[in-house]
Amino acid sequence: MEKPKVKEHHIKRSWCKGCGICVSLCPKGVLELNEEHKAVPANASQCVGCRTCERMCPDLAIAIELEQEHETTD
Amino acid sequence: MAIDQYLRKRFFPHIWCAGCGHGIVLNNMLRAVDQLQINQNEMVMVSGIGCSSRISGYVDFHSLHTLHGRALAFATGVKMSQPNLTVICPMGDGDALAIGGNHFIHACRRNMDLTAIVMNNRIYGMTGGQFSPLSGTGITATTSPQKTIDREFDIISLSLASGATFVARTTAYHYKEITNYIKEALQHPGFSVVEILSQCPTHFGRRNKQGDATEMLQRYRQNTTSIGSEAKQKNPELIERGIFRQETAPEYCAEYAELINRAQQS
Amino acid sequence: MRQRTEFIQGNETCVRAALYAGLDFFAGYPITPSSEITEHMAAHLPRIGGSFLQMEDEISSLCSIIGASLTGHKVMTATSGPGFSLMQEALGFAVMTEIPCVIADVQRGGPSTGLPTHGSQGDVYQARWGTQGDHAIISLTASNHQDLFAMTVEAFNMAETFRTPVVLLLDEITGHMREPLTLPREGEIPVIERLRTSVPEGVDYHPYLPREDGRLPMSDFGGKHRYNVTGLYHDMWGFPTTDPKVIHGLIHHLMDKIENHAHEITRYREYYLDDAHTVLISYGCSARTALHVVTSRRRRGEKLGLLEIQSLWPFPAELVRAKCEHAHYILVVEMNMGQVVHEVKKAVQDPERVYLANRVDGEFITPTDVRNIMRLVHGRGV
Repeated sequence: MEKPKVKEHHIKRSWCKGCGICVSLCPKGVLELNEEHKAVPANASQCVGCRTCERMCPDLAIAIELEQEHETTD
Repeated sequence: MAIDQYLRKRFFPHIWCAGCGHGIVLNNMLRAVDQLQINQNEMVMVSGIGCSSRISGYVDFHSLHTLHGRALAFATGVKMSQPNLTVICPMGDGDALAIGGNHFIHACRRNMDLTAIVMNNRIYGMTGGQFSPLSGTGITATTSPQKTIDREFDIISLSLASGATFVARTTAYHYKEITNYIKEALQHPGFSVVEILSQCPTHFGRRNKQGDATEMLQRYRQNTTSIGSEAKQKNPELIERGIFRQETAPEYCAEYAELINRAQQS
Repeated sequence: MRQRTEFIQGNETCVRAALYAGLDFFAGYPITPSSEITEHMAAHLPRIGGSFLQMEDEISSLCSIIGASLTGHKVMTATSGPGFSLMQEALGFAVMTEIPCVIADVQRGGPSTGLPTHGSQGDVYQARWGTQGDHAIISLTASNHQDLFAMTVEAFNMAETFRTPVVLLLDEITGHMREPLTLPREGEIPVIERLRTSVPEGVDYHPYLPREDGRLPMSDFGGKHRYNVTGLYHDMWGFPTTDPKVIHGLIHHLMDKIENHAHEITRYREYYLDDAHTVLISYGCSARTALHVVTSRRRRGEKLGLLEIQSLWPFPAELVRAKCEHAHYILVVEMNMGQVVHEVKKAVQDPERVYLANRVDGEFITPTDVRNIMRLVHGRGV
């Protein structure tokens, strides 16, 4: 199967409580916590679009947008 | 995000602590609703009291935040009076099985088409970390400074013995299973129980030296296994995940409709 | 057309009246002396396509009917003292969330298991203050089947009008007694239907924003408006809040919507009050005895009158004050250690005129009991 192309990591910073689950469980080390303890996609290009971060985020703060999708988020 | 339409976004960020498993349950429960394309106007969420129960405020369904332990009792009235509605009851472990234990077993017995989700973090979080009937022995809590001597319920055995017709268990780590089991449960024409082991890093994890949320989640990965797996045979200590029962039996509202027919013919 | 008269129990009268009022959902748990209400509901409801549930306890009985009321049904449960105690938590929930429902409490001797098969009127204050926190409540009662029928219909009407639980206080004596009931014709007693919102789909509906007249139009669960219901203090959308202004507003609304309408809620009967020197005040089964005393003494020319209160809460203090204005003696006849008597003392001028005529041994208070106490009060010995 072709690797899905990731367009954007939408992260609602005000929702993120900085628990670090996404950082720990990301298989590619894409996410980091910044100095404000918010998740940021520091290595976005490494993302394989597995959505583990999106599904495991207890704050419902992360959405992964893939190229071929037309999902919107705010 | 796929689930945005089901959220009351103005109440976010939610009240749960950083790393709370309940948020993961909400996240993946809504994916089940989305995949089933259930009309939000036909969806009712009934919850009780506790950390878990605040879930009903965050979803854009008809939502009923009731009394400690009584969610299933309220839900029984909602469903019985309007059987076309899909009724889901997320509850905490103390909520569902301590104060709500009697309602729980009778709801299992009645087999009304309700979906009970037990978000089992083995602690009373909202009140500050007292042990629950799911804590089990040897647990430190604010009411067990010398560790618990109380034995725990097994939710699965209790549900099976009480007559629930769909019974499943998974953990907050196994997010795909959360979505899949809740999907199955919502579609199941009878009373369904989905137990989800959910981490409470603030009260359970910290006091019992289980590390942060990620470590607690990793523990779920390590100490659980699929029903009947080889790993379970080698290590009986492992907690089984999966669907323990999925069978059809007369559903209460359907039976009552039949009863009305008989009463009106005679 | 001749109206149908039936010779039935008070408990069955209550069932007939509830159905007349449009009840179509009942949940209950067996308890003496209210079980006949539950049994007759089980027989009648399926025939009209209504729902009957026998729940696992009184707690879930009240919880489930509150759930059913939210989907748009007229609902009721029935119980007695110990069960009524168990219902207090959910009663408070119905008060806080403003969900219409009717709770029939067929009183028996208490406290605790007490006297299951004997009459009492010991739950008057439990109906008022059983659930915790400040709140207002409506409670109705009756002394005979014809009035019980009317008060039961009124209970449903008031539950809808004021969006509140209404406690129907029966007692073992009226509940189990058989006497003729002339069934009212359709339309003879007005039946009030639920006030539903006219806000169309897609337009913001505020489930807890009172109209100018204080009323809150409802929207059925499962309908076009999705909203939140919580037992926490909540804002106009039904969402939890700790905003002092909103809390202040809500508690005042909950009190005012009932207390400020006490005159609309007040129900009573009066006998020979115009020139009465001694006014008996009573309610429920005791009012039967009181009425007997008053009518028999009037035949001897004694100036006795009776005020029979049918709406116990909110207590009709103004009515009592006015009716007792010229009384030399006021005797409150009730089967408890004195409950309504305290309200009467608070209501009237010169409360030293007020005496309690009671009986609490499980036996129905007799005219002789009342006469003896009256003789003592009048200083004439027994």
